[in-house]
Amino acid sequence: MGHVIAFYTLSVLILGFGVAVITARNPVHSVLFLVVDFLFVAALYVTLGAQFLAVIQVLVYAGGIVVLYLFVVMLVRLRRPTVPHEDRRRLTRLGVALAVLVLVEVVAIAAWSVASPLPAGAVGGGQLVAANVEQVGMALYTDYLIPFEVASMLLLAAMVGAIVLARRPL
Amino acid sequence: MITPTHYLVLSAALLVIGIVGVMVRRNIIIILMSIELMLNAVNINLVAFSAELHNAIGQVFALFVVCVAAAEAAVGLGIILAFFRNKETVNIDEMNVMRW
Repeated sequence: MGHVIAFYTLSVLILGFGVAVITARNPVHSVLFLVVDFLFVAALYVTLGAQFLAVIQVLVYAGGIVVLYLFVVMLVRLRRPTVPHEDRRRLTRLGVALAVLVLVEVVAIAAWSVASPLPAGAVGGGQLVAANVEQVGMALYTDYLIPFEVASMLLLAAMVGAIVLARRPL
Repeated sequence: MITPTHYLVLSAALLVIGIVGVMVRRNIIIILMSIELMLNAVNINLVAFSAELHNAIGQVFALFVVCVAAAEAAVGLGIILAFFRNKETVNIDEMNVMRW
């Protein structure tokens, strides 16, 4: 029953924030909705027993990729001048709220994996996180070693390409 | 009871939201974000079937998708910055220098 409620709540939130991402007029708001959307997708991964991927989702997507987007949105200055908001502490409060949200989510991932049984988990108790990471790691470093190395080469090529593209022209 | 069909429907809906974003919005940064939404929809599918089949391989492929998404974001945003430096716009309708 709890699983059903979690699924429907997370689905509504994921789809709602997804719509908010593509309908927001201000690109900065779009990026912030995207962060929240990714965090709820990470929570969905936890309910599916994929704790490792959930943590990767929080770290790489919400922590890395979205910050990259935010940088570009800030660098690409918009045509219309920005007007200062009356409430200057507003963004500080929003930032603190988002940071607390991420903290709560990471703690919840840890708590869930220790306390709750999983639909897919064969083992019980506190070994679930380890079991999930172990399974993914075994698959990644044995059967899928070559694709893993190719992925690392892809990331290297993308990094070099991004640096070349973003550099001042010669 | 949550079946894989539920996850398929959620994933399809998120994918459609991403497609609508790509089609409707003209700001290229928003379009890249919509592509990230679509990649997330694919990941939900992979993880759902990984859990259903008790097999970690789906999560391995989801990890590769995250890796490709990171590479795509880095290169895509680099292209946007280079383009903005030349043309002072992020509107995709004005990105037509390669058309002819």
